[in-house]
Amino acid sequence: MGVAAPDPAATGGWRRRLSAQLERATGAFGGQVRSRLLVWQRLDDDFYETLLEILISADTGQPLAEAIVDDLRQRAVRAGANRPEQGLALLRDALLGQMRDRARGLDLDGLPAVVLAVGVNGAGKTTTVAKLAHQLRASGRTPLIAAADTYRAAAIEQLQVWAERAQVPVVAHRPGADPGAVVFDSLAAAQARGCSPVLVDTAGRLHTRQPLMAELAKIVRVIGRQLPGEPREVLIVLDATTGTNAVAQARSFQEWVGITGAVVTKLDGTARAGYVLRVEGELRVPVKLVGVGEGIDDLGPFDPETYLTALLRGPVADPAG
Amino acid sequence: MFDALTDRLGLAFRRISAKGKLTPADVEAGLREVRLALLEADVHFRVARDFIERVRARAVGEEVLGSLSPGQQVVTIVHEELVRLLGGETRRLTYEPRPPTVVMLVGLQGSGKTTTAMKVALLARRDGHQPLAVAADLHRPAAIEQLEQLGRSQDVPVVRPAERPPAGSDLAAATVAVCRAGIAEAAARGADVVVVDTAGRLQLDQAMLQELDQVRSAIPVHHALLVVDAMTGQEAITVAAAFKERAAVTAVVLTKLDGDARGGAALSMRAATGLPILYCGTGERPQDLEPFHPDRMARRILGMGDVLTLAERAQEQVDRTTQQAVEERMLAGRLTLDDFVAQLRQLRRMGSMESVLGLLPGGRQLVRGGAAELPDDRQLRRMEAIVLSMTPEERRRPEIVDASRRRRIATGSGSTPADVSRLLRGFAQLQGLMRGLGGAGGRRGLAQRFLQGGLPGLPPGALRG
Repeated sequence: MGVAAPDPAATGGWRRRLSAQLERATGAFGGQVRSRLLVWQRLDDDFYETLLEILISADTGQPLAEAIVDDLRQRAVRAGANRPEQGLALLRDALLGQMRDRARGLDLDGLPAVVLAVGVNGAGKTTTVAKLAHQLRASGRTPLIAAADTYRAAAIEQLQVWAERAQVPVVAHRPGADPGAVVFDSLAAAQARGCSPVLVDTAGRLHTRQPLMAELAKIVRVIGRQLPGEPREVLIVLDATTGTNAVAQARSFQEWVGITGAVVTKLDGTARAGYVLRVEGELRVPVKLVGVGEGIDDLGPFDPETYLTALLRGPVADPAG
Repeated sequence: MFDALTDRLGLAFRRISAKGKLTPADVEAGLREVRLALLEADVHFRVARDFIERVRARAVGEEVLGSLSPGQQVVTIVHEELVRLLGGETRRLTYEPRPPTVVMLVGLQGSGKTTTAMKVALLARRDGHQPLAVAADLHRPAAIEQLEQLGRSQDVPVVRPAERPPAGSDLAAATVAVCRAGIAEAAARGADVVVVDTAGRLQLDQAMLQELDQVRSAIPVHHALLVVDAMTGQEAITVAAAFKERAAVTAVVLTKLDGDARGGAALSMRAATGLPILYCGTGERPQDLEPFHPDRMARRILGMGDVLTLAERAQEQVDRTTQQAVEERMLAGRLTLDDFVAQLRQLRRMGSMESVLGLLPGGRQLVRGGAAELPDDRQLRRMEAIVLSMTPEERRRPEIVDASRRRRIATGSGSTPADVSRLLRGFAQLQGLMRGLGGAGGRRGLAQRFLQGGLPGLPPGALRG
């Protein structure tokens, strides 16, 4: 995975995989699935109502869904479009226009660079850190993992198992230790061994718990004091099955520690993570990575085009039918 | 929890309540607000639509238009329908007459199965049973160790595979083996509740179903609980339906309800699948699992507070005898620093300050508006450390603490002399407050408030470490 500067060939392969994973989730193996929007003959109220449902059921939230539909109605009139294919193309272009030109690469220029993974419980921080470490190592870097989740039972062991698979060193203290101290030691170790980047796995915390958010802010301060300019990357890890609460999570972490990007995990379920549009649009936080499987290679750059295709296709099976 | 939904409904109904009578147009405007609020709370859009239909059918009839306070009437209807949607009555896990009762936890990755497994075991113990947990998640690295460590800290026996199954081996066979071992161990130890933690997946796939089926064929499973993150979006309905249909799930446990998740997942799953919601996780500590009360939850949604839960929690956590002794000394105006520490500990046991305040009517606004500056757990611990670093004599007569003693106490407790002064000042204020109150009734009331709810009796700065 070309993190800093994507390798075009590798990215093409990843895009195919990403696309395949997203299609697998909708029950369509490999084939092109027609968007549910294309069942209509014209750009009429049925079409727009379907679009609204697709967006809401993808967790964009009602206000954004309505705004997108209104916007498309106007665009369609201006363009003189009246076929669903045209409408879909207009919509894709409009959304893509907003998502293009965002810096989605990781900034890893520091010596060592520090990448902090933050998020609520169960979002997939530990797994993401391990996968990222594996890929960075495969691309010739020398990452080091800081096991700063000293709270959850066996979080350190979990990280150690992953790190062993990825063959990446881990700096860990005892359970219950001060996470700031773990980070401090990790940075010192990275400097001594010439490792970079340092990937910091933090304890999951609900974004509404002030004391825990303050603790996270302290970890960031510890890093900044030791290495001015770091952490360069503070990545919020978001679960694809989360609803609009993901926006609240991102906003809170943004306010407390200033996030530089998002990682959307578990994107190979049927969830479409429509909140991505809001995290990018409202909070100006780019999605930098997505996780699409359980394997150590199943993490890669976020590709807006593939994402939008899956988003606008709509759910295939709907038990609420 | 559900607070944003509460705010929205509150707003919608203030508008309606302000008028004397409701026109059909009023009802429509109110219902639109309700619908938006539900969607914003991540309620599935079809569930929200059906809900609105039911409320409209009842609200537009004469039931509302002819009544004295139509706004209130609509609130009542919405409340009733919410209770209905949430499942009506509170349910409890039923324990088998012939032990052991086997409870299996299933769910997607990261929903909180392992933590919940220990919480369910502890709840069974609170119900008077002898729980045992089985670490049958052989997929996630260190899931076994996580359950083991939790079990050790809570004194719940945990059965694990004899050795880590080698990579690439048949995990299903090993899963079945550990489940059987769990049942045998339960019989040997006389444990009558067996909680099985299983492996999560990214989605309900064939491999997972096979594994669950094999567990079922190996041991009797009485309850299969689906663990779902309260922050789940529109997907909740799909997840619940799939697990109900294909994995024979019997009930739902909702986790992470202590955040600001609006809990639409709860409404959706219940409405779409009929699966009852059994418990909800309300914090990170192993004892933070509570029965799910549809009625209370609906009251909460409507901003009526949840005083019942708070009272129950206080009752569960507060040590009766200590409380009486403290209350008497307090009434006599002789509260000591030792009592103060005892109270701090009880406050901490009741849960985080935010969660306690959140249960009070209007408490959410207080927390969010920053009106109540709450001491967090760490501050409470620091205050406790300060008092514990004082000599018995100093605790009895704090007035003898001079600069030199202050320095010693600060060193001993890892704080600063200023922290020590602040705590003593707060304590003096508290004592003054107790003494200053006239009339035994008023004083008793205040003492009880302090003991049960804690905060309202304290001056705002008093508890800040």
